[in-house]
Amino acid sequence: MSSAGNDITGGLSQAEQAEIDQWLTRFPDNPAGRQSAVIPALHVVQHHCGGWLPRERMDAVADYLDMAPARVYEVATFYGMFDVKRMGRHKVNICTNISCMLRGADDIVEHVEKKLGISLGDTTADGRITLKREEECLAACAGAPMMLVDEEYYTDLTPDKIDRILDDLE
Amino acid sequence: MSAEVDTRNPETVTIEIDGQSIDAPKGAPIIAVADEHGIDIPRFCYHSKLSAPANCRMCLVDVEMNGRPAPKPLPACITTVADGMVVRTTSERALKAQRGVMEFLLINHPLDCPICDQGGECELQDLALGYGRSVSRFVERKRVVKDENLGPLIATEMTRCIHCTRCVRFLDEVAGTSELGAMFRGEHTEIGTLVGDSVHSELSGNIIDLCPVGALTSRPYRFTARAWEMLSHPGVAPHDCMGANIDLHQVRGTVKRVVPRDNEAVNECWISDRDRFSYEGVYSAERLLSPQIRQDGEWHSVDWQTAIEATANALRDLVDRHGGEALGGLVSPSATLEEMYLSARILRALGSDNIDTRLRRGDFRDGVARDGFPGLQTPIAELETLDAALIVGGYPRHEQPLINHRLRKAQRRGGQVMAINPRAFDWNLTLTPEHVVGAADMPRALALVLRAAAGVKGVDEPEGLDAWIGSTQPDAASQAMADALCGAGQGAVLLGGLADAHPAGAELRYLAGQLAALCGVTFNELTNGANTAGGWLAGALPGRRADGETTEGLTAAGMLEAPRRGYMLLGAEPEHDFHNGARVSKALAEAEQVIALAAYDSPALRAHADILLPIATLAETAGTFVNAEGRWQTFAGVGQPQGDARPAWRLLRVLANVLELEGFDYQAPDEIHAEVRAVAGEAGVATSAAVVGPLDGAAPDLLRVGYPAMFGVDPLSRHAASLQASEHADPARVALNPADAERLGVADGEAARVMQEGSEARLTVAVTDALPAGSVWIAAGVEGSAGLGALIGEVGIEPAGEHA
Repeated sequence: MSSAGNDITGGLSQAEQAEIDQWLTRFPDNPAGRQSAVIPALHVVQHHCGGWLPRERMDAVADYLDMAPARVYEVATFYGMFDVKRMGRHKVNICTNISCMLRGADDIVEHVEKKLGISLGDTTADGRITLKREEECLAACAGAPMMLVDEEYYTDLTPDKIDRILDDLE
Repeated sequence: MSAEVDTRNPETVTIEIDGQSIDAPKGAPIIAVADEHGIDIPRFCYHSKLSAPANCRMCLVDVEMNGRPAPKPLPACITTVADGMVVRTTSERALKAQRGVMEFLLINHPLDCPICDQGGECELQDLALGYGRSVSRFVERKRVVKDENLGPLIATEMTRCIHCTRCVRFLDEVAGTSELGAMFRGEHTEIGTLVGDSVHSELSGNIIDLCPVGALTSRPYRFTARAWEMLSHPGVAPHDCMGANIDLHQVRGTVKRVVPRDNEAVNECWISDRDRFSYEGVYSAERLLSPQIRQDGEWHSVDWQTAIEATANALRDLVDRHGGEALGGLVSPSATLEEMYLSARILRALGSDNIDTRLRRGDFRDGVARDGFPGLQTPIAELETLDAALIVGGYPRHEQPLINHRLRKAQRRGGQVMAINPRAFDWNLTLTPEHVVGAADMPRALALVLRAAAGVKGVDEPEGLDAWIGSTQPDAASQAMADALCGAGQGAVLLGGLADAHPAGAELRYLAGQLAALCGVTFNELTNGANTAGGWLAGALPGRRADGETTEGLTAAGMLEAPRRGYMLLGAEPEHDFHNGARVSKALAEAEQVIALAAYDSPALRAHADILLPIATLAETAGTFVNAEGRWQTFAGVGQPQGDARPAWRLLRVLANVLELEGFDYQAPDEIHAEVRAVAGEAGVATSAAVVGPLDGAAPDLLRVGYPAMFGVDPLSRHAASLQASEHADPARVALNPADAERLGVADGEAARVMQEGSEARLTVAVTDALPAGSVWIAAGVEGSAGLGALIGEVGIEPAGEHA
């Protein structure tokens, strides 16, 4: 993940446009089809923007896809994987849905909270880690309990394993 | 996610609702059919003018097709009727579903109706009475939503929101600004802007009416009255040539709020913010509350008898010494028909034909039309079915917001809306094309479209076109506009306020008239004020009496070019309501007698007038406005005028009696109305404009282009506090093109000195690409630009420097 989130500018970079254009080829070539690319487009922009979506960048997506900005904000706030507020350098999402819960996710959460000294939804004081309040199943039940760190899955978690993963985060 | 259903389908199906057999248009939603037949289905999210998202689930009904019941109750707002359908809105299953939905809606809704502004007129409260449980089973904590600031007009209490999304859909579909959205998800859903941008639409107040609960309420009205203690009186909005139908809600003679009165032919169920919130101006501290007379340079408050006698003496004296011709009458185009008629009759009885209501007009060469009043040949309701509309010199979004809404509807149905304007505007519809030319080039741009249209039709172009454009051939934009107009089944050319204020406005009217005739489309003028058509009918024009007799008087401009010894002003403020404020001030300053009938006191009136007579304004007087399509709309007074103010028609009648003029025995305004009706009769909209040629002389190097800002059009809106607190009433700025800014040595955000015909202002510069080179936009009717010269005319700009 790049750390471009510090100097926020409007508009889309050429790389972002190229990636979004790739997605656009998979949707019908009409206004509604173009707007259908909003979710992948937001993923692209969030990826290039320090893991969150500043308003300027959402407006740029709206502009690029010919949508009203409010329609983009709706999508960005609807889905848990998008963040519209500045996050820590790393986002840790621990699944607490049914399979993981049955395999001890609550203990994992408690362990991480204690280790980082923060509660779900908070960011460590040094801005290193945001512990996200994960709401939905991440579809890796075979490896429960699991978590998503930034854009990578970690399965079959134990406190020891988690300590190693978290300690390795810069 | 949502469907727009055409209920005008001529094909019908037969259905049964609650045992009643009904022929319904195919494709119509059940709820619309039920509404039409007086069968009430509870609902929150459904609104007949908006798309149906079916998200509140309150309208669940039992549906049976071919004897087979649907497995679950279906939402009536999105289930369309089909032949043989049987609908039960009050079956046990439907009621159970509706009660269940209601219970969920009330889970997070505060149960504190007594402290909610919506209490007593709340759809949720009403339906909870019928469908809610008397005791809540919900014992957990209710959610709380933080409020957003949506600006000076709309108060929010978002904890009360039930997420019907009517406001979201209105701003998306009708206002076209898409400023609100349903942010977040599930129990965390919040209606808002997310980014705190407020709501700026010119129609924003309608979301107050649409909101079924107390989440969005009127900020000025909030907590000042209860729905059940107010009386409602029909009225007509006095700000533009549409004449939106309104209801004035009053308590003991004080107007508490204004809401739309449904009239599909005029305003549908909407009104603009200007129409909704201008009533605050009635209670402005700047109201003129008693007659004032200036004696030996001192102002004296006097009683009415003294004031009327002084006025009559002043008029008699002036006429005796200088003749009737020395008198000029300048009447607001938003005065009532009755006021205009009496003013014109009094002036004519005193021997003067110098009377005009066309105060912002820039060009009078075409005189007064004989065949009808200026207005809309295409009725308002039919504007939305136009295939092609060409706007010439106008920004209806701010001038006539609901006419703009009709044009936007036309565009959404596939019509083509085009404009020739001296600047780019912030439209909420797509113009194809938006043809921006320097103001001085507008007649030429229009002449090119005319030449192109003649080519398309294969007919000879009107004679004299060479005078504007020589042998120049149409460019692509002109050709496109001509193609669209010529190919339209229904088309219209619409002249706006900037065409009216244009120094070559008569040319624009002539060329637009020719273009309309050649293409077989209608010729329309979006006229200034609420009653320009009434001015023509009442004979408050220099060239026409109410009975149609031709007269020879001086126009509004003529009365200033050849200054009169005395003036009578009615409802117009010299520094704001004229084409050329600088010239008005000069003429008034030099006149012997200035009698101003005014609702508001102002330094400018105190400086120039000799007698000030306080008149009634909105809700305080009865009268008639004739809108641009020729609809005579009469309204009654609601309460007593503030202070000693009097309805202007009554005051004019008494003045005429004191002057001992014949035939002024009216007891009520409807007698005056009937008299105008009898003489002006069935006159319709003018169909063409007189032939004029191009003006001589080169265009000035730098041209000021301006028109009153949306909330600066008349004294009433300029004194409405909440409207004036919105960003649409921001102080005037000098907007100009980057190249001009560089050439003149002024920079964005810095102060500039503006000079126009001896008047001066110091304004902040805004550099923008919206203006072509050589044009400078300075809005009128707002702080900073009062008293400047012509709305469209030569201007000098220089950096203000440190000491300016």
